[in-house]
Amino acid sequence: MKATPLSNCERRFLLRAIQEKKRLDGRQCYDYRNIRVSFGAERGCCIVELGRTRVLAQVSCELVSPKPNRPTEGVLFFNLELSPMAAPGLEPGRQSELLVSLNRLLERCLRDSKCIDTESLCVVAGEKVWQIRLDVHLLNHDGNITDAASIAGIVALCHFRRPDVSVQGEEVTVYTPEERDPVPLSIHHMPICVSFAFFHQGTYLLVDPTEREERVMDGFLVIAMNKHHEICTIQSSGVVMLVPDQILRCSKIAAVKVTEITEQIQKALENDQKARKEGGKFGFAESIPFQRITAFKMESAAVDTNDVEEQAKEIIAKADPPAEVFSKPVLLAAGTAQIGEGVENSWGDLEESEKEEAAEEEGESEAAAFECQKVETEDTMRETKNGKYCFSWYHILLYPFL
Amino acid sequence: MAAVMAVESGQSRLRPFSCELGLLSRPDGRATFLQGVTPSVLAGLYGPVEAKISKELPDRAALEVLLRPKVGLPGVLERSREQLLRQTCEAVVLGALHPRTAITLVLQVLSDASLLSCCLNAACMALLDAGLPLAALFCGVTCALQPDGSVLLDPTARQEQEARAILTFAIGSSERKVLMATTKGSCSVEEMQQCLAAAQGAADTIFQFYRDSVRRRYCKS
Repeated sequence: MKATPLSNCERRFLLRAIQEKKRLDGRQCYDYRNIRVSFGAERGCCIVELGRTRVLAQVSCELVSPKPNRPTEGVLFFNLELSPMAAPGLEPGRQSELLVSLNRLLERCLRDSKCIDTESLCVVAGEKVWQIRLDVHLLNHDGNITDAASIAGIVALCHFRRPDVSVQGEEVTVYTPEERDPVPLSIHHMPICVSFAFFHQGTYLLVDPTEREERVMDGFLVIAMNKHHEICTIQSSGVVMLVPDQILRCSKIAAVKVTEITEQIQKALENDQKARKEGGKFGFAESIPFQRITAFKMESAAVDTNDVEEQAKEIIAKADPPAEVFSKPVLLAAGTAQIGEGVENSWGDLEESEKEEAAEEEGESEAAAFECQKVETEDTMRETKNGKYCFSWYHILLYPFL
Repeated sequence: MAAVMAVESGQSRLRPFSCELGLLSRPDGRATFLQGVTPSVLAGLYGPVEAKISKELPDRAALEVLLRPKVGLPGVLERSREQLLRQTCEAVVLGALHPRTAITLVLQVLSDASLLSCCLNAACMALLDAGLPLAALFCGVTCALQPDGSVLLDPTARQEQEARAILTFAIGSSERKVLMATTKGSCSVEEMQQCLAAAQGAADTIFQFYRDSVRRRYCKS
């Protein structure tokens, strides 16, 4: 599906509004959109909503053999998917430039900042280590995928618990959650990306740009930082030349935002932990806002299945008896078979009609062609029913499709 | 949660269903559908829009269904389910009203991919939310045949593992016709008819759920 282009007047309107320090959603230049974090029923699964941008993250783990040059370190794997659900124009399975750059940014933010202790993921040095896999899916694209993905990624990693293992000699035992409590990953710090968009050659600066603003921006700066105000990654792109002052100013803004976001994330994680500990309700079902008119919930409903046996018997009794069973196929010569008495051969008719069809409907899709063929064979079947039963192998092969 | 669902004799319970419509801003139709706590699917639908020339059909809208798993890339299971979902949707969507267009339906599994019926329900709610002209509604019902031969509706993941056969039906709202049926495991003809009868009973409850959720959204008061 094609992406909708942005019209010139819309572009001018947006730029003019930014010049007047106004944003379409009523935010100030340095305001972040609302962040909402909800957790799934399983461990390591969360949905992060940043305004209307929505991202799903899931962490999973697996025992693998380590890389030869790093025998005592676990493996981290990050995968960001731009689902075609998120916006028209995103195609499944295509490695677009945007996707590659976003994936790399997420990798730099979460792996290269060494926020996860990979050595604690080692089970047997040189033989078995844990591979931690993070899948991030973009569900709705309303700008600033980077920040949403980095928040979702780190929240999912903090929420995740891997199965406990024990090593006795050569033997490695993996315990199920019932046997031993799963253990959390050891996470040193939480790097969070903060994005800035520049307009008019860097004169104007906006924090957390929406999709519309991203389309008209000149330059883009991402700063990944943790709450200790350590910069983990900086990336600048686009056609804007930044002065050092700008970057310094951005990093100060990022420091404030990161502190706020980290606090919010930790609160959300604590709340979920509490709900799980107290045996309360958790999962996506609990995060649906049922006070809204768009949401609806049904109580568990009973379906009477008392009379299904009678109904089934009735249907079977009413149904036509199974079609007449033909005698065994007769082998006339090697490679042929015949059922019933047999009349004239219908192979010729079919070929002729097929030729016509082919000439007529060349270039039509396969599905349509198949349907025509189906109708065709039905016709010939009806003809043969007038006489005696005759089926060539061709019919028998087609029969399951009819 | 699963253990609470005690099966009374001659009765089977559906888990508490919940749904949310219109929760995403970009797609034309969007719905999330949850059956109890675990199986939950998010559906987003775009269309009818201009189709690519290679996919364009001269007489009707080209319907495409994509099922995205939560971990990893879509595999054979997802492909086969996409086929089933597409054929079911094609049976109800009045595609002839929008020739040479494309309709894309994307389903994202949010938790526990095992239930095809949840995908079917989410797909139908997305079609409903998009306001596409439909010939009928459909719903998905999964029946599990337990080793003792009794029919269990809407099984949990554990019940599904213990079951002898799993039958999933897509049932249309007009005359409760069967639009799609798929089975896993073996069962006799009689057992299949029993499951079908039970599924048709459950379908009424689900259609009532659809109706109530739409009424809640569009009625004043």
